[in-house]
Amino acid sequence: MNSASEEMVVPDGWGFAATIDRREFLKVTGIGVLIMIAFDALEALAQEGERPDSSYPTDLNAYLHIGADGKVTCFVGKIEMGQGVMTSLPQLVAEELEVPLESVSIVMGDTDLCPWDMGTFGSLSTRLFGPVLRTAAAEAKAVLIQLAAEKLGVPVADLAVEAGAVVNQKDPTRRLTFGQLTAGKRIERKFKARPTLEQDSSFTVVGHSPLRRDAIEKVTGRAMYAGDLMPPGAVHARILRPPAHGAVLEAVDTSAAEKVAGVQVVRDAELIAVLHASREVADRALGLVKATFKPSASTLNDVNIFEHLVKAAPEGTTVAEAGALSDGEKLATQVFTQTYTKGYVAHAAMETHSAVAEYSEGKVTVWASTQTPFPLKSQVQKALGLPADKVRVITPYVGGGFGGKSAGQQAIEAARLAKATGKPVRVVWSRAEEFFFDTFDMATVIKVRSGLDASNRIVFWDYEVIGAGSRGAAHFYDIAHHRTQVRGGWNNNPRDLHPFAVGPWRAPGANANAFARESQLDIMAAKAGVDPVAFRLKHLTDARMRAVVEAAAKQFGWTPKPGPSGRGFGVACGVDAGTYTANMAEVKVDKATGAIEVVRLVCAQDMGLVVNPEGARQQMEGCLTMGLGYALSEEVHFKNGAVLDTNFGTYHLPRFSAVPKMECVLLSTPGLAPQGGGEPAIVPMGAVLANAVFDAVGARLLHLPMTPARVKAALKA
Amino acid sequence: MKTIAFTLNGKPTQVTVDDTRTLLWVLRDELGLTGTKYGCGIALCGACTVVIDKQAVKSCSTRIADVAGKDVTTIEGLANGTQLHPVQEAFVKHLSFQCGFCTPGLVMGAYAMLLKSPQVSPATIGSRLNGHLCRCGTHERVIAAVAEAAAAMKGGAR
Repeated sequence: MNSASEEMVVPDGWGFAATIDRREFLKVTGIGVLIMIAFDALEALAQEGERPDSSYPTDLNAYLHIGADGKVTCFVGKIEMGQGVMTSLPQLVAEELEVPLESVSIVMGDTDLCPWDMGTFGSLSTRLFGPVLRTAAAEAKAVLIQLAAEKLGVPVADLAVEAGAVVNQKDPTRRLTFGQLTAGKRIERKFKARPTLEQDSSFTVVGHSPLRRDAIEKVTGRAMYAGDLMPPGAVHARILRPPAHGAVLEAVDTSAAEKVAGVQVVRDAELIAVLHASREVADRALGLVKATFKPSASTLNDVNIFEHLVKAAPEGTTVAEAGALSDGEKLATQVFTQTYTKGYVAHAAMETHSAVAEYSEGKVTVWASTQTPFPLKSQVQKALGLPADKVRVITPYVGGGFGGKSAGQQAIEAARLAKATGKPVRVVWSRAEEFFFDTFDMATVIKVRSGLDASNRIVFWDYEVIGAGSRGAAHFYDIAHHRTQVRGGWNNNPRDLHPFAVGPWRAPGANANAFARESQLDIMAAKAGVDPVAFRLKHLTDARMRAVVEAAAKQFGWTPKPGPSGRGFGVACGVDAGTYTANMAEVKVDKATGAIEVVRLVCAQDMGLVVNPEGARQQMEGCLTMGLGYALSEEVHFKNGAVLDTNFGTYHLPRFSAVPKMECVLLSTPGLAPQGGGEPAIVPMGAVLANAVFDAVGARLLHLPMTPARVKAALKA
Repeated sequence: MKTIAFTLNGKPTQVTVDDTRTLLWVLRDELGLTGTKYGCGIALCGACTVVIDKQAVKSCSTRIADVAGKDVTTIEGLANGTQLHPVQEAFVKHLSFQCGFCTPGLVMGAYAMLLKSPQVSPATIGSRLNGHLCRCGTHERVIAAVAEAAAAMKGGAR
């Protein structure tokens, strides 16, 4: 059994050789030390009514196993979608347990092997899950030391752990390896996580950047994604789709498709699919299906949506408030009233939603590109009417998520079709399906009223966000009288608020909120004739925020000048997932074409303890680059329920030539545990570029994205 | 159904398929080479890039009939056994990937670019990779990796 934990090491375990089921998991962890850790805060964060299903212990978030071979395996419900946690989480374990990093394996996102997890989102993996794993490792160490004390007959105080062994410090020849300590034993311990653990200046693994574990596989094409898996006998499924959201199928004729050699047509309630071993034959056969739909009743489009949101959004709730607006207004000598808008934005991960499902002996196994394997498992159970032990979700590498793979419709489709046909079924959405079913970032209207007194101090702030939601809505400036109201968000909306699905998109809502807040700050600074960095610092008391602003200014080489200075410099700040960020940009604007060229970006970020500095920088660069898109070019075009963008010809992601020089500065408040890294740096991107455009040409852009046509219109205004 | 013969990653290869099918899906469905990715299907994202007779080609828009007699290299054929190609080595060194889905196409696109000429500036590299999309935002690191690989290839690496 010694090799069992090795057998489960990903990514080999993601293939079809991995047939270990839950009972076998218990068997393979039967020898050695198994530490089980619970962390209340993680459970409290479970959203959307998704709760651990009854087949899982409800009070566990991680398993850590130390085998008789000394190998350490952590089993976590998180998934790897490029953010690097398959490397950084083992770093935390290796550090705490004082074993070489190479001896720590990680098994991720497998519902038969890992404890329940709500999903990989919200920049939580390191921030909240990291302490869970560290506690597991610390407790494992304590158990091993205790075992050694008994075996060696010496007090615990004399023992220390080094390089995978417990050593008697008074007689270093007396040592027992973890393997020797655990051999032949089954020790199971359960602990509560300590929410934060001390950071230590003697860290040797944490704070360094070992080679990412996925590097070689990803540069050689060996990395397997859900759509790459091909069980013997597998068929592609192509599914009949409506032309618009809200369109209703009236009649369908599949006879021509059925005549294509090798094609199988499945009709399972509303799910009509054409199956064939070849993707292209299935594609063509789907083209032969004749269907008529009753048109969608939606009359919304990407122009009238903003008026609709203002009318249809739910009542506001106040999320932040102090003083009295009426008092503040009396102090104001200048009042600024502005409305900001932002269109819907797609996730557009390069891997479309994909899944492979296999149904055998009453049990369905689904390999899915998903950020939420456990909630997905519950959804598959429900869709197929199966008990918990008859559904397994396995998550291979995910080809980008950004929040969009929290929805797992494609996996449910694959599972239903596998059950209906008895064949392994591959569902790989086309790019058009991806655009159609994406859970877009919300279109938003934000209304701000604010005032300055005679000394150019902000005396009131009245803020209402419609659509984007509460994340990042509350400001962090020193303003005596203020109120922040939120109407709608990415969840719990009235049914017809949005004409299609919306959902979490990298820092959901915070991008739009930062755009409005930081633009408004800039408008006031310019009117006051004050440098925008100085204006912010004047209203900032939070030491962490001041530190990132000052660090960004230093890196950027910012010299104070009121806007518009003609230099094309912009600044914007944000707080997200416990991390503080200040971004600065330099742009050039072509007045004739309206084109914005981003010359340079600087981002200073305080994210507490940095587990893997290169990984953290990669996330920051990713945020800045992705942020160029929603700021400058990305918006979903739609009309009467139809999504008009079906591919990258009309929906424009940032391309190589558009990506500027980027400088990322990492600050670390001493003693602060790791904070979020995957989202914060994207938050100020719309604002920083809008502010830079204003500084360049004096035109204020109030709508995202800032397309050339909108820039030209703003220049004329 | 027609039999198409070509060289695939240095080996003579034959497939008997409907010859209007695309190279992308023949590679993936018939030959089991899944390193070449589907991203858009209409040559707008570059995830399916392979090298045919030293040219970068979007395999999603290449009919299998058109590769008859040609020399096709996919991501699986770039390394020499366990010895990575300099472009792959540079991608590893600079961590020029995150989710990795666009990476095989980018590696092949960069490889073809440098085969043609390793005399490229970072700005040229960027403009020549504009046919590739990356959503994770690895662009700056990709350009750094390709510049380093260019130096290695100038120095005589294959």
